[in-house]
Amino acid sequence: MIRIEKLHKSYPMGKDSLHVLKGINLHIKEGEFVSIMGSSGSGKSTLLNIVGLLDEHDEGNYFLNGQLIKNLNEKKAALLRNKFLGFVFQSFNLISYKTALENVALPLYYKGMNRKERLKVALDYLDKVGLKDWANHLPNELSGGQKQRVAIARALVTKPKVVLADEPTGALDSITSDSVMDLLKDINNEGMTVFVITHEEEVAAQTKRIVRLKDGLIISDELTKAVKAAKAV
Amino acid sequence: MFDLDRWREIFQSINKNRLRSVMSGFTVAFAILLFTLLFGIVSGLSNTFKSAFNDDAQNAMFVRVWKTSKPYKGLQTGRRVQLRNKEYNFVKEEYANKIQYQSARIYKNVAIKYKSKADNYRLRAVHPDHQFLEKTIIDEGRYINERDIREKSKVIVIGRLIKKDLFGEKNAMNKRVNVNGSSFLIVGVFSDEGGDNEERQAYMPVSTAQMMYGNNDYISQINLGYNPDLSLDAAIAFGNKMERDLRKKMNIHPDDQSALSVRNMAEANKGVGMFMGALYAIVILVGSGTLIAGIIGISNIMIFVIKERTKEFGIRKALGAKPSSIVGMVVQESVLITTIAGYSGLSLGTYILALIGDSLEKDYFIKDPSVSPGIVIGATIVLVLSGLIAGYVPAKRAANIKPIVALRAD
Repeated sequence: MIRIEKLHKSYPMGKDSLHVLKGINLHIKEGEFVSIMGSSGSGKSTLLNIVGLLDEHDEGNYFLNGQLIKNLNEKKAALLRNKFLGFVFQSFNLISYKTALENVALPLYYKGMNRKERLKVALDYLDKVGLKDWANHLPNELSGGQKQRVAIARALVTKPKVVLADEPTGALDSITSDSVMDLLKDINNEGMTVFVITHEEEVAAQTKRIVRLKDGLIISDELTKAVKAAKAV
Repeated sequence: MFDLDRWREIFQSINKNRLRSVMSGFTVAFAILLFTLLFGIVSGLSNTFKSAFNDDAQNAMFVRVWKTSKPYKGLQTGRRVQLRNKEYNFVKEEYANKIQYQSARIYKNVAIKYKSKADNYRLRAVHPDHQFLEKTIIDEGRYINERDIREKSKVIVIGRLIKKDLFGEKNAMNKRVNVNGSSFLIVGVFSDEGGDNEERQAYMPVSTAQMMYGNNDYISQINLGYNPDLSLDAAIAFGNKMERDLRKKMNIHPDDQSALSVRNMAEANKGVGMFMGALYAIVILVGSGTLIAGIIGISNIMIFVIKERTKEFGIRKALGAKPSSIVGMVVQESVLITTIAGYSGLSLGTYILALIGDSLEKDYFIKDPSVSPGIVIGATIVLVLSGLIAGYVPAKRAANIKPIVALRAD
């Protein structure tokens, strides 16, 4: 699903440039539940942004769903994001003047679906994350956990190939964190590829594969204990 | 292309962000309001000027004589100059193709009596063309005609107020009145926009007056209407030439203004035209300045608004919005706001002008202040264009920000 070869990325910092990713090789297959671990500055967010087509890489190859990503203009990138990717952000990034339902329906608007249909689909997804009754509330009337669940519904509504989650539990307390992680697990169990970035061990432990980054390089890439145990049986 | 979903997005965005929508609209509305008021008031001033000359025809010219102020060809200063039929006919033949209307005038003060009522009135003995030169409006009957001139008929046309004085509400037509001892037939009653004095006048045929009062061929003044096909400059040149020709013919020093002069409305018109032209130029300058200030105002607000919405645009792009859809949305919103606000300003301005229009006429010489449809159409085009520019430039920049940068914005 995602294949990355010798990926390099650096950011200009005044006269110098900051070399963030120094040759990453990573292959994520369809249906995987992968977490990227690393301290801040390890390059994990940069990696997610490149995978999510929010940013461009300098060197190396990136294949998304078998398609080589190179020289994308904004328009093509927007189409690919809409078609293949769903985003969940640490700060939720809901549009404040739109209701939960309208937020969830927004990607379908950009897909070109008509209003009646997209509101119906959006409501189904809100129901799936347990927020059907909150459909007509504005984001500031929802709790952090509820907001993140709306964001997850929005990420899923276009039936993407990959869900990218950037510190999805970063702004939540541990109980709501668990409920959000449960939701992501459910999604993964339904066959969706989920790609999570986190610096919390507990969160990473709930995924199936942990990739550790340090200073722009992968230092370890292994299946979690639970998965190993399941495989051993 | 009508896209209901796009409009829904725009209305939602305007509705949920009322303050900033109202603020950006206000700048434009205010600019247009000022522009409308300014323009309306100046057009009102222009109307006043036009109506000030409304009493007489716009193309009127007068040949007037008085005493000589310069000696010439052995003739003394202080000689009284007298126009006669000779001069009248000379003008008529010499400049036939440059003249639309021509009439002599003899001034007379007369006592008019009807039954027991009598009063003194001013009288003008004239030719039929005088009706058009003075813009006399015939209420009843007729004006002096050619046959009256030929036959030296003892007929009289009286002003509305003379009729009121002598006849009250009763009919005056075809009644006989006593004018300085002779009996005259009333053949017409007129009114005039020139005011009460003009309506307390009486007209009689010039030939009748010459016969009855002195039995000579004297005339007091020659009134002309120059051919309206002449340009202002040509009309002025015509006036100057006629002045020189008449002075030469009547043995008057070529520069003797006092002895004989031609007063030409073309000169006044030219002056007024230039004055109004200058006034309009100032208004257009000030007005466009106001409009530009308004446009800059809305551009400023749009830049601020778009900065505020950068994150939202980042989210939309992450969800699959193309840059063009974001630019389109912002521009459409901006055009909508400017158009609505502009029209509110325009309507408010027009309404205010209509409201205060009447009260301004008396004290400030502003008559019927209004804006012309051309100005309205021009303003609309400016509004839509300004909305386009105000929205497009910052939106384009915002849409080109990488989503990752936009998402980081607060």
